[in-house]
Amino acid sequence: MNININKVALRWSLIGAPLLWQLMFFALPLLFLLVISFCSVQNFQLAADFTFKNWSTMLGRDTFWSAYNYTWALALATAFSASLFALPAAYSISFHMSQRMRTIAIILLVIPFFTSYLVRAYAWQIFLADNGVINALLSPLGFSTISMLNTTFGSWVGYLTLCMPLVILIQVMGMMQIDPSLIQAARNLSAGPFRCLFEVVIPSIKASLVVAWLFAFILTFGDFVSPTYLGGGASPTLSNLIIDTVKSGQQWPRAAVVAIAMIATLVATSLAAMAYAYKGKK
Amino acid sequence: MIWKITRWGGRLYTLFVFLVILAPLVASLIFSFNSDRFPSLPLKEFTTEWYLLTFTDPLVLEALQRSFLVAIPVGLLSTVLGFAAAYSDYRYSFRGKNLFNLLMMLPPTIPAVIMGLAMLSYLSRINLAGNVYSIFISHVVISLPFAMALIRLRLAQMDPSLEEAAWNLQANSAQSLRYVVVPYCAQSLFAAFLITTAVSFDEFAVAWFVSGLEETVPVRVLVFLQGQVSPRINAIGTVVFATSILLVVLAMAVSGVGKSIRPKATDQ
Repeated sequence: MNININKVALRWSLIGAPLLWQLMFFALPLLFLLVISFCSVQNFQLAADFTFKNWSTMLGRDTFWSAYNYTWALALATAFSASLFALPAAYSISFHMSQRMRTIAIILLVIPFFTSYLVRAYAWQIFLADNGVINALLSPLGFSTISMLNTTFGSWVGYLTLCMPLVILIQVMGMMQIDPSLIQAARNLSAGPFRCLFEVVIPSIKASLVVAWLFAFILTFGDFVSPTYLGGGASPTLSNLIIDTVKSGQQWPRAAVVAIAMIATLVATSLAAMAYAYKGKK
Repeated sequence: MIWKITRWGGRLYTLFVFLVILAPLVASLIFSFNSDRFPSLPLKEFTTEWYLLTFTDPLVLEALQRSFLVAIPVGLLSTVLGFAAAYSDYRYSFRGKNLFNLLMMLPPTIPAVIMGLAMLSYLSRINLAGNVYSIFISHVVISLPFAMALIRLRLAQMDPSLEEAAWNLQANSAQSLRYVVVPYCAQSLFAAFLITTAVSFDEFAVAWFVSGLEETVPVRVLVFLQGQVSPRINAIGTVVFATSILLVVLAMAVSGVGKSIRPKATDQ
């Protein structure tokens, strides 16, 4: 086969094709969101006037700020608790498992990431409901029924389902970079396992820890499934607010305001986290 | 002694964490065969009624067909674009390359609801919303980074002199790409296709926003969820799980991802 394409043409088509696609269908839609946040809605149509009304309406509402605080606090709590819960598991996978076991563990962590979060969240209802599995197991022990479904606790369990596998995976990737002889050295110098964890492992994987934390924060900050189907929708998150504004009110511009506030928060959090992660390096 | 305790404690704890992570998958499988309408213990009789109900529902069948109709082309295009992006990052240096990579890799970090809203308002502006094309376009945007990352990992293992040798043997750059690079990446290309197909098959939030009445399987599940409790969700969920797991495991087996490699001790 004779392929004869100019070197320059090849270069620009390889760079250009994905670039054009992501500009057209990723960058522009996000920019368009910013544009419509200054539009008004007349007769269910977007009108191209320039108004700050959407911004003043949404930012002036208590419902927006209570949703904002709730979402932020819950994402923060989840990111920290998921990081903490993941740490011993990641340590065990990285240092206390054979190559074979570790491969299996990593596969088991990758699978949930691509496997219907929607159905997994729903399946938690089976465990958390008042007549669900957990209460059924606890009642013979003399516990009275514990309400877990349709509470913030329910949302939190769903959030952990969403981000724990990824957090463990990122922490493991960080720990795999540590030279095992460092740990052996600490051990030979008679450091115990906890001192080893806090003085050898954690300082060496600070960047991975922060990245894992950040992913957990990003995933939970934007989620609507857990707060809706496990949290009962009693306290709406920002994503719930967007859905309500779009689906019931056809108020795209107002939803866009919420979306931009969310993106701004995520960008600020990411920049702060990355600055912290790489502080003192370079 | 204390090391031994923490070692076994750690393993036990890890086992517990995995049980919790896998519990929903197992529960959904078990209760999809349970005859009780409401999922509670103890289990009632074994039944395949929910599967029958699910797979005789024309809406589900239509959604299933549509899901594959979208997911396979999404897998193909994302793999092609992902390869182009990964190779550009590997081979070329150009101005704004960091920005280029950022634009490629950023989509999965944008909350799905925001992507949904942005795609809905933008695509309806250019008259592309409310049909399968809108799902296709959005899913390629979301899937491309996964394809790019997988293929980029493979390219990182390739010796750059391999391509230089081809050039020395009079191959032009298109030929070396076709006869050296693509064969070298063949496995990861196939893995990228499987993963991106799985991502599209599984994506519900953006699809829900842009699809209008054209439901895919996960959107159908979402609509079921908004209704009342139904064991059919467990049945359809088990099928969705099985499909995704099959695609992902196949992709990992093909590409060798998951084989964790610990770097050799370096002398720094």
